[in-house]
Amino acid sequence: MDTIFAQATAHGRAGVSIVRLSGPQAFDISSQFCDRPAVGKTGLRAIRASDGSLVDRAVVLCFEAGASFTGERVVEFHVHGGLATVARLLSELSKCDKCRLAEPGEFTRRALENGQLDLNQVEALADLIDAETESQRQQAIRVLDGSFGDVGAVWRTNLLRAAALLEASIDFSDEEIPSDLYLEVADLVGQTQISISTILERSVIASKIRSGFVVAIVGLPNVGKSTLLNAIAGRQAAITSDVAGTTRDVIEVRVDLMGLAVTFLDTAGLRKSEDDIENLGISMAYSRANEADIRLFLVDSIDETLPLIARPDDFVVLSKADERLSCELSVSGKTGLGVSNLLQLISDKLMQKTPTDVVAIRERQVVGLRAASVVLTRTLELIDQKPLPFELACQELYFALSELDFVFGKIDIESVLDEIFSSFCLGK
Amino acid sequence: MKHFDVVVVGGGHAGCEALHAACRYGLKAALVTLDKTTVGVMSCNPAIGGLGKGHLVREIDALDGIMGTAADMSGIQFRLLNRSKGPAVQGPRTQSDRKLYLEAIQLLLEKQDFITIEGEASALLSSKGVVTGVQLSDGSEVLASAVILTAGTFMRGTIHIGDKRVSAGRMGEGAADKLSVQMESLGATFGRLKTGTPPRLNGDTIDWQQLEIQPADECPVMLSFLSSTPTVRQVGCGITHTNAATHDIIRENIGRSAMYGGHIEGIGPRYCPSIEDKIIRFSDKTSHQIFLEPEGLSTNCVYPNGISTSLPEDVQYKYVRSIVGLEGVEVLQPGYAIEYDFLNPQGLSSDLESSLLGGLFLAGQINGTTGYEEAAAQGLVAAIGVAKKLKAVEPIRFDRSTSYIGVMIDDLTTRGATEPYRMFTSRAEFRLKLRADNADQRLTEQGYRSGCVSSGRYNSFLKKVDQLNICRGALSKMAVSPNQARVAGIELGLDGRRRNGHELLAIPGVSTKHLLALEPALRDCEPSSLTQAAREALYVTYIERQGRDIEALARDLNIDIPVEFEYRGVSGLSSEMISKLSLARPRSLGAAKNIEGITPAALTAVLLRLKSHKLKKAI
Repeated sequence: MDTIFAQATAHGRAGVSIVRLSGPQAFDISSQFCDRPAVGKTGLRAIRASDGSLVDRAVVLCFEAGASFTGERVVEFHVHGGLATVARLLSELSKCDKCRLAEPGEFTRRALENGQLDLNQVEALADLIDAETESQRQQAIRVLDGSFGDVGAVWRTNLLRAAALLEASIDFSDEEIPSDLYLEVADLVGQTQISISTILERSVIASKIRSGFVVAIVGLPNVGKSTLLNAIAGRQAAITSDVAGTTRDVIEVRVDLMGLAVTFLDTAGLRKSEDDIENLGISMAYSRANEADIRLFLVDSIDETLPLIARPDDFVVLSKADERLSCELSVSGKTGLGVSNLLQLISDKLMQKTPTDVVAIRERQVVGLRAASVVLTRTLELIDQKPLPFELACQELYFALSELDFVFGKIDIESVLDEIFSSFCLGK
Repeated sequence: MKHFDVVVVGGGHAGCEALHAACRYGLKAALVTLDKTTVGVMSCNPAIGGLGKGHLVREIDALDGIMGTAADMSGIQFRLLNRSKGPAVQGPRTQSDRKLYLEAIQLLLEKQDFITIEGEASALLSSKGVVTGVQLSDGSEVLASAVILTAGTFMRGTIHIGDKRVSAGRMGEGAADKLSVQMESLGATFGRLKTGTPPRLNGDTIDWQQLEIQPADECPVMLSFLSSTPTVRQVGCGITHTNAATHDIIRENIGRSAMYGGHIEGIGPRYCPSIEDKIIRFSDKTSHQIFLEPEGLSTNCVYPNGISTSLPEDVQYKYVRSIVGLEGVEVLQPGYAIEYDFLNPQGLSSDLESSLLGGLFLAGQINGTTGYEEAAAQGLVAAIGVAKKLKAVEPIRFDRSTSYIGVMIDDLTTRGATEPYRMFTSRAEFRLKLRADNADQRLTEQGYRSGCVSSGRYNSFLKKVDQLNICRGALSKMAVSPNQARVAGIELGLDGRRRNGHELLAIPGVSTKHLLALEPALRDCEPSSLTQAAREALYVTYIERQGRDIEALARDLNIDIPVEFEYRGVSGLSSEMISKLSLARPRSLGAAKNIEGITPAALTAVLLRLKSHKLKKAI
């Protein structure tokens, strides 16, 4: 097996950059560059090129096989993060025998091969690396931690037991097999089905956490939507003027709202217009407002008729708070009055929806679980039939198990692997 | 000296089936047996078929084997097990008259051309790693290009009754110890397995009046595709139960049982426990069912199925007489446990050729299986293997998705046997497709092309297929509206969709009767064809879905693992995994998956290494 290396930290100038070396030759190779510290000991070492010249002084760390990220012997060089320093070290490493630059995702792939991570954990790791907000981080770490795998193991155990009970009724029917085993089967399958459905429901929100929630600001022209958006963004994201119909396109601002990724949309004021382009903007505003998780209706008066029917999660907010005295919820984009209060209310509402438990975070997982859930529903129908079609119910259970195997990375692994590794970037 | 193509050692179920198949292929064959009169004997329970086992018998029959025919010629109580469940899990079974069964087998064998040699095979002859025949204990040699060894329980067979222990292959018959020793010198490593048999009872001394009687089926289902009705009188079986007194007697004497006294090291089957095991391991059960099976029409001997034992004789008498109906029963022969040598079947080829010597084929209990049907199926596979090797006949493909035989061979050669291996329908993941009723549709054509199926059977098979196709055609042509279906008594939503006969038959509760009412043309179809078409319709959607699974399975799991593949050095494999995989040498990733204890992570590691393997080769 080759020993591989790559820069593990982001490219570009930085205080410190880490170059990781992994594989059976990692210790020997690193010894060519410095006086390699013992496993578990940190050492500040002079890193010397093959011609003896000093490349950098770096902190060097060694991990023994089985006790590293990849499961192989690993050496990390924590060098000064200059572009040229890293480039020189990489070029020196590439001159070594049986040593080459890692392919994209290859460190993680080796971790998977060596059983350091399972498939879901590999995906969670990618999510963790990509996490921008606190809730994204929490969600990924729960999967990486193995909680999702634990839930899957329970489902598997339950379904295997259910199948075993049905099989006993088939293969040992000539012996004294209790005739009411189907009750336990129905129970096991029912429980598992509910548990899977629950996770699926949560997972809809989970995908929002990954991709971000959407809050659309809607209202009549010139009510101050763009000004509010700019106040939320803290910058001039949308052009504002006193002329009604200034905003025609949908303007998006992505913010980290108390740890949640939220995209605010400023939309065209909703009115009947003679202007074709403005009308396009208005119809776009309607459609985006419909898809949004929360709509902020910005109104001049609390008695105003809303342009859309409000949903329970929506907010109705009085505009231009600086010009009025009101005990209703109100904001002023111009002065910022009430904005932080409004943001707090929005984030509270979104937080209520945020699951604090295990969820499926990837499309692959959701697809597999949904399929398993459908199959289990059908299994329950079969178990209800009289006479019970044992062999069909059993077969459905096997279908469900194989769907779960797909989610938990047990079979049909080939295509899944390709998909995962194609979405990985070098050096992670 | 005469030279044979193949010599079959042992005249049990594996040996008889192997011998007959070898003859069908036109091979010059010899049978070596300790005793001509015991060829085809049923050593244990007097029944053929059952769940999973009935499937095997039908598959043997589809390839023109003799087990099904002999069972039908001697059947005294035909019962289709799981009759109330779906056709995929129904298993034809019959009690056989032990004497008639043996006579039927001998009669069927007599029609073939082979030589029988009485004697004990004491050594395998070989040259340069290839078998050349067997040596008998009198020093004479039987030379052959191939040997099929079907030793049953005879190799270092030891019978245990309490603390008594006798070297024997069956009760009253000597063991064959020399062959074990000689094979060890060739490098064989034997393991020990155990099986048991109950005391035999005098039926004249059973009080049948007190017992529930289980009769034969009114419409008997035969074991062979070529049989139509039973040829001898049908009888019932008695059912009785153990009770608290029985359990007390056994518990008090448990230390005197050979098994619990520590005399037996061999591993017994979990699914066929002795009565001692049942009472100790399932101590909360207060009663166990016993079937009292008559051993034949001309004997008073009764086989009490469910109480095999290795307790001393006096305890056996005592506990048997504590059972309702057996209060005054006479024990004709005590029950006993028997331990015997077997070879781990991992590493056998899919033709059951041993890696010990080229041309040496193993079948039956020596491969760690139990059961007549399992043995017979292996005998057949071994004979096909010999014909393939010597005559280059067209092979018959036995794989998991086309036959129970394929499931068994794959299980044995990849997973090995840690306890006596018995067939169950649940072992077959493609069970809905592998039904007893369509074994001929799956195998007879292949068998005919290979040369082990006679033209007589082939022609009758073709006729069946013709009739079935006519019937399928008529069903396909139907176009029944939901309203018409309702008139015929089929509950259907009024969705306006017209359905053909296959689609209607797939609806739960719809029978061929409903269809006959809807489509007069079906009355011209043979009823058996219509029934068969209905069975197919019942599973068609499931089989299609499984078809996709088979493809996915094929995609990932049919990835071949080269013979020279080195597991050592595959990172991520524990030393336990490495030794398991190195021993089993699975031919494909799928085979590796089925090895006991192989984890998904290990499979992934092997798959990834295989991919980089291929990559390197390509470069």
